[in-house]
Amino acid sequence: MGDILSKYDILGAFGLTVYLAVFSAIGSLVLGTLVAVMRVSPVSVLRLLGTWYVNIFRNTPLTLLMVFSVLGMTYILGLNLDPSDIKGNATRWAIVMLSIYHAAFVCEALRSGVNTVPAGQAEAARAMGLTFGQSMRHVLLPQAFRGAIAPLGSTLIALVKNTTVAAVIGVAEAANLMAVIIENETGALAVFVIFAVGFVILTLPLGLLFTSMSRRLAVKR
Amino acid sequence: MNVRQIGAVAAASVLALGLTACGDSGKSSGSGGGSGAKFKVGIKFDQPGLGLKEGSKYTGFDVDVATYVAKELGHKASDIQWVQAPSAQRETLLSTGQVNMVVATYSITDARKEKVSFAGPYFVAGQDLLVRSDETAITGPETLTGKKLCSVTGSTPAQKIKAKYPGVQLQEFGTYSECVAALVSKGVDAVTTDNTILAGYASQAQYKGKLKVVGKPFSEERYGIGLKKGDKATCEKVNSAIAKMVSSGEWQKAVDANLGPAGFKVDTATNPPKQDPCT
Amino acid sequence: MSTSVLFDAPGPRARRRHAILSALGVLLVVALAFVAVRKMQDAGQLKAEMWKPFVTDRAVWRDYLVPGLWGTFKAALVSIVLAGAFGLVFGIGRLSHVTAVRWFCGIVVEFFRSVPVLLMMIFAYFGIYSRSDIFSSETAPLAAVVTGLTLYNGSVVAELVRSGVFSLPKGQAEAGLSIGLTPAQTLRSIQLPQALTAMLPALIGQFVVVLKDSALGYQITYLELLNWSKTLGSAFANTVPAYIVAALLFILVNYSLTVVASRVERRLSRRGRPTVHEATAVHAPVEPATAT
Repeated sequence: MGDILSKYDILGAFGLTVYLAVFSAIGSLVLGTLVAVMRVSPVSVLRLLGTWYVNIFRNTPLTLLMVFSVLGMTYILGLNLDPSDIKGNATRWAIVMLSIYHAAFVCEALRSGVNTVPAGQAEAARAMGLTFGQSMRHVLLPQAFRGAIAPLGSTLIALVKNTTVAAVIGVAEAANLMAVIIENETGALAVFVIFAVGFVILTLPLGLLFTSMSRRLAVKR
Repeated sequence: MNVRQIGAVAAASVLALGLTACGDSGKSSGSGGGSGAKFKVGIKFDQPGLGLKEGSKYTGFDVDVATYVAKELGHKASDIQWVQAPSAQRETLLSTGQVNMVVATYSITDARKEKVSFAGPYFVAGQDLLVRSDETAITGPETLTGKKLCSVTGSTPAQKIKAKYPGVQLQEFGTYSECVAALVSKGVDAVTTDNTILAGYASQAQYKGKLKVVGKPFSEERYGIGLKKGDKATCEKVNSAIAKMVSSGEWQKAVDANLGPAGFKVDTATNPPKQDPCT
Repeated sequence: MSTSVLFDAPGPRARRRHAILSALGVLLVVALAFVAVRKMQDAGQLKAEMWKPFVTDRAVWRDYLVPGLWGTFKAALVSIVLAGAFGLVFGIGRLSHVTAVRWFCGIVVEFFRSVPVLLMMIFAYFGIYSRSDIFSSETAPLAAVVTGLTLYNGSVVAELVRSGVFSLPKGQAEAGLSIGLTPAQTLRSIQLPQALTAMLPALIGQFVVVLKDSALGYQITYLELLNWSKTLGSAFANTVPAYIVAALLFILVNYSLTVVASRVERRLSRRGRPTVHEATAVHAPVEPATAT
């Protein structure tokens, strides 16, 4: 086990996992908020598009999305995100796909957060003469975010774990290194233990943090 | 209240029913699998020319070799049960007895010999390059600098290229099929792995005339038949079966039928190989 | 909360603006689709012989896609039932008045929620089932897939149960206690029945997650839809079309499940029952099906 630890850059691989997770979390939060706003907006076509978005991306396995990104987007549609470097392209697509996929879940988490905001809040905002955008920005979303902290936390944890799927397009994160080690070292079960513990270290504090945050930041009513 | 209680009971009983139902199915399929004198062979299911599931039948060079060897060991072709053996699971399948032998582009290496026993080799392959048939610039690994190359995530060929030719841009996918799809749509310039696997893809009817194997192998992969560790008696029988397959001409026929259609030439300096003594 | 309180009925100016936005949205989607189709044609992915097997060749469905769908369903069905039982037991455990039980269940749930499902499957398969005789070699991959899915989704369901009970009005439990029921009786005959009906839509939503996650079984030789479509792509040399068809099948199946879930949710709310999404207002919002 010590042999494996010294021979391979496990820390570096987990570093890339964290890198993917951080940027995808930001991306999915922005995109997910946008889709959530579309889904409650006054324009029916935008509502429809938002609903489609969620239905399509929430129901496709992430593995398929990942393979489509590089095989379909880069090599067939010609959308190269980093023409100078094939690895950079794969890493950036991984972030894009993780963002797109989890945005559907962020959107649903926010909608459930919006559901926790009493209708009176929205009515009061409208009564004051705020426009749709203003009442979203100043009244509803701030409360919705606080009400949605627990589901958002679950989505973030899932995102950290889902970065492992990026291995299928050759991003050198934790699961990719695990594949390399399994190929070279015959049947080392210790490898699984190392990686499982690595993920518990990454996600367990996140889970605890979000549980306590959802308690502390809940809108008192 | 009553209605709610009924609801709870219903939910609980559905769960319980599901549990017992699942227990039953587990048992029945378990006993079903244990019976019969099936001879189980691990092969690849997704490598054209070597081991490929086509509809309900299996084709490829590995399949032909396995069928021949099984026949020599006294098993009819209809008694063979084909089991999917992805690269990472070949040792486990053998050591747990889930398969009797593995014929799945399985290179003989010292590390693997510690876990399983090998009969053979029955073929000597080498890492090579697959390119589009109009490609002229790529003639070997040293001409790859700045080109886009594709291989399977974490695989030995991918690691070798990374270590030896750092100037190459390497795209990794989960399977070679994805690499070949990217190659055909001009996304990557070459695919690298064992020349047998590459020749298998180039021989597929759908790719005929579109792809070619460069034909300058830069490694030596000796394909063996994986057996349970220490099974010397079977190993010797398998070795003589392979020798017989070569001397009877069946071996050459199998090579030509499965790998030949794309103009792939077998390296006759190393093939057909002499079998290693069993240990 | 309905969306209509967010905005007034549009006047003439707003209607014009909405029409422009709608047109822009539609235009964007159409343009994207057009470019995608053109590029796929250039790359030779739309050629008839790549797509024809799906229509003309019965073997495509008989030998690849249908066994794949069946494998996916089998794993998902067994897992969701077991996950329900696991979730019920540990969810109730987390509500226990015995501190030790509460802590134990809490640790188990939090642990299995934080390890990637794929790692659990690999561990169950290589670490346990393939080394012992618990399952025959044919069922071992299925068992490992089910184990991984059950432990992860069971933990999610446990959280659903817990927050479902938390979300009930306090008066329910107080009423139960005041008529002389023990805490256990209150939980069993008052709180759980309400919590279970409330969480039914979320439970069905979790089924979607299970269905999708069964695709991870590819890594441990479990034969499900994604695995079979990879093999299909190799056999017919049409990897990209095979994946597109697989994706469409996944979307179709999962979307029908989502529709069922929302039907159930609507029926329940018509009957005046709070569903988990709305009910879990302040302290414990319930997560919608998590994203794995």
